[in-house]
Amino acid sequence: MTSNKKSRITSYNKWGYIFLIPFMVVFVVFQLIPLVTTIYNSFFENYMSGLKQVGPNFIGLKNYVQLLTQGDLLKYFKNTMIMWIAGFIPQILLSLLLGAWFTNPSLKLKGQRFFKTVIYLPNLIMASAFSMLFFTLFANTGPVNSILVNIGIFKEPYQFMSHAGTVRGLVAMMNCLMWFGNTTILLMAGMMGISDSLYEAAEVDGATPTQIFFRITLPLLKPIFIYVVVTSLIGGLQMFDVPQILTNGTGDPMRTSMTLIMYLNKHLYSKNYGLAGALSVLLLILTGILSLIVFRTTAKDELK
Amino acid sequence: MKKRTISLLSLALLGAMVIPGAAFAEEGSVLNVEVWNEEFKSRITDHYPGYEEVDATTGKIGDVTVNWIITPSDDNAYQNNLDSVLPGNVDAAADEKVDIFLVEADYALKYVDADANVAMPLEELGITADDLGKQYQYTKDIVTDANGVLRGSSWQACSAGLIYNREIAKEVLGTDDPAEVQEAVKDWATYTETAAKMAEAGYKMAATVNDTYRVYSNNVAGPWVQDGKVVLDDNIKAWVDDSKAAVDAGQTTTAELWSDDWAKGFFPEGKVFCYFGPAWFFNFCLHADEEGSVAYDGGWGFVTGPQSFYWGGTWICAAQGTDNPELVKDIILTMTTDNAVMKEIAQVDADCVNNTEVLAELSADDSGNLALLGGQNPYEMLAAGAENVDMSNISPYDQGCNEEFQGAMKNYFDGNADYDAALGQFKSAIVEKYPELTTD
Repeated sequence: MTSNKKSRITSYNKWGYIFLIPFMVVFVVFQLIPLVTTIYNSFFENYMSGLKQVGPNFIGLKNYVQLLTQGDLLKYFKNTMIMWIAGFIPQILLSLLLGAWFTNPSLKLKGQRFFKTVIYLPNLIMASAFSMLFFTLFANTGPVNSILVNIGIFKEPYQFMSHAGTVRGLVAMMNCLMWFGNTTILLMAGMMGISDSLYEAAEVDGATPTQIFFRITLPLLKPIFIYVVVTSLIGGLQMFDVPQILTNGTGDPMRTSMTLIMYLNKHLYSKNYGLAGALSVLLLILTGILSLIVFRTTAKDELK
Repeated sequence: MKKRTISLLSLALLGAMVIPGAAFAEEGSVLNVEVWNEEFKSRITDHYPGYEEVDATTGKIGDVTVNWIITPSDDNAYQNNLDSVLPGNVDAAADEKVDIFLVEADYALKYVDADANVAMPLEELGITADDLGKQYQYTKDIVTDANGVLRGSSWQACSAGLIYNREIAKEVLGTDDPAEVQEAVKDWATYTETAAKMAEAGYKMAATVNDTYRVYSNNVAGPWVQDGKVVLDDNIKAWVDDSKAAVDAGQTTTAELWSDDWAKGFFPEGKVFCYFGPAWFFNFCLHADEEGSVAYDGGWGFVTGPQSFYWGGTWICAAQGTDNPELVKDIILTMTTDNAVMKEIAQVDADCVNNTEVLAELSADDSGNLALLGGQNPYEMLAAGAENVDMSNISPYDQGCNEEFQGAMKNYFDGNADYDAALGQFKSAIVEKYPELTTD
């Protein structure tokens, strides 16, 4: 009897492993192997000079030393974070507000499906196309400038692409527009998971909608909220397509809108796998540390 | 019919003993051509005898299928593509082999390099120095490797000049006569004076600072890279100083070349006095086919400008490993040495062809008059310019250096950085592109 039971359990376990195979194969081929080879490559001098291959020669930690001492790594990290935060704060506020409205049963909003679709739509456009659109809109002779000049706000066309503030602002705005729909859907999922009885109890006790939002919705939303912040942070650190297209890869003015991944991309011109590999590894460590900090600070209570 | 005659005539002239079709029979059935735009394709379509267009990217020459592989230059995509296919071309499958690829002056040295050996020496194709006797020396210097072996050939001579808007010249300078306009732009000092007059009258002298860049950078005393170190020439520095002054005085802008802001001067409402360019600029850039453009109404004039210079040009290289050497040879000879074909190119496409005899013919009578220049004949000036081009200061790093330098200096012109900071950005960009170079 016991042996019979045991064998049934093992046979179930077998299926578990079999179902895991597709994921593991994809993970190993497309994630684990590239990760390991990236780390391996980062210890070599390995690039193309014209059509000539230089290396690979083992040089130890030289690539890391070069990145940390010579390049403007900190500056690009700062740029990335500024543009991410400037886009994320309005995005999360907007998403919380919309999420609260959509899930509030007492509001009974009409056309919810329509609006949920509409706010998600910007995410369906390719980031590069979206970026190209903004580039054209805000060009010196673009439509935004001609409107501003025609209604008399500016005398001369304003050079949006020549000022750090406007370029960063545009990048932040685009990221916000593209992602607030996605965040809204995620937060709504979290909000709908909160039991209605809590809201009803609060209403019976005479809580105002503001109190309900801050005392019930927000605390119970925390797990989803942390997930949103961490995924957005990782996405933000990997910010590339929007500023790359908007500034034509230059990160101008004076590389104030150059992100870490754009800097990484600069090394691929000479197929500099060594230096680019080292940069990727640093980025991996950085992402890990930052995610941990976010997790630790926001999830303090749960960890106790 | 006419093309057939030209073909036979040209073959007879060259003393070649091959007849298209028959001789190519034992060669590969696919001719792969790597290009970055439509220019060469349209030259072949219009002028190569026996070429039939099948669709946008394929054609036929006899039994051979011509495959146009178009990879735009943006973000270095064209060169990245060449870099991945050319080194293994010898071992590629017959129909996959690249047979012809094109290069530009800025990076030609990279591909005609003797060690890289991706472009076939023309001698190996059976093209002799005599065949190329009518070509300008500078067009051969660009595609000659360190051992003196020639590895490419061009149909264009890209000596360039200043292209000015006749209407604006009349209004501000009181004349649109090329000789008198030249007096107003004969050197950089007078150019700047004229620019001030233009600004007063509400016109930009040039569309952007990058228009004049080539004029300065062609007249340097030494190459960008000397002994592995990036060297900033005095004339490049002069461009920076003059351009900064011009931008601050509102005489020009800092828009990128090829951008919409740059191209607006091709139309009267763009209010731009002049552009700098070679002959391909006439046809390729000025929107001559578009109603309402300055070129459509023959509103441009052409003069030498402050300093003579050249810009661009396209060279045809035979890829090492090609399985169509005879056809490639015939294409190179027909397109870059045949008088009749080249004269046709000059007249139909307003291209300045790389052929001393044809240019002499064109400048001798009215056959070289161009409608978009208001009937002016630019060929004497272009021919004289081509004789004077000096290529001794090119380096394989020119493209990266030129691009990065203009990009970095834009920050200085826009007032976002001082000169030293902009120069610093240029240096770090160069080391990223070319890790083997030093900057200090």
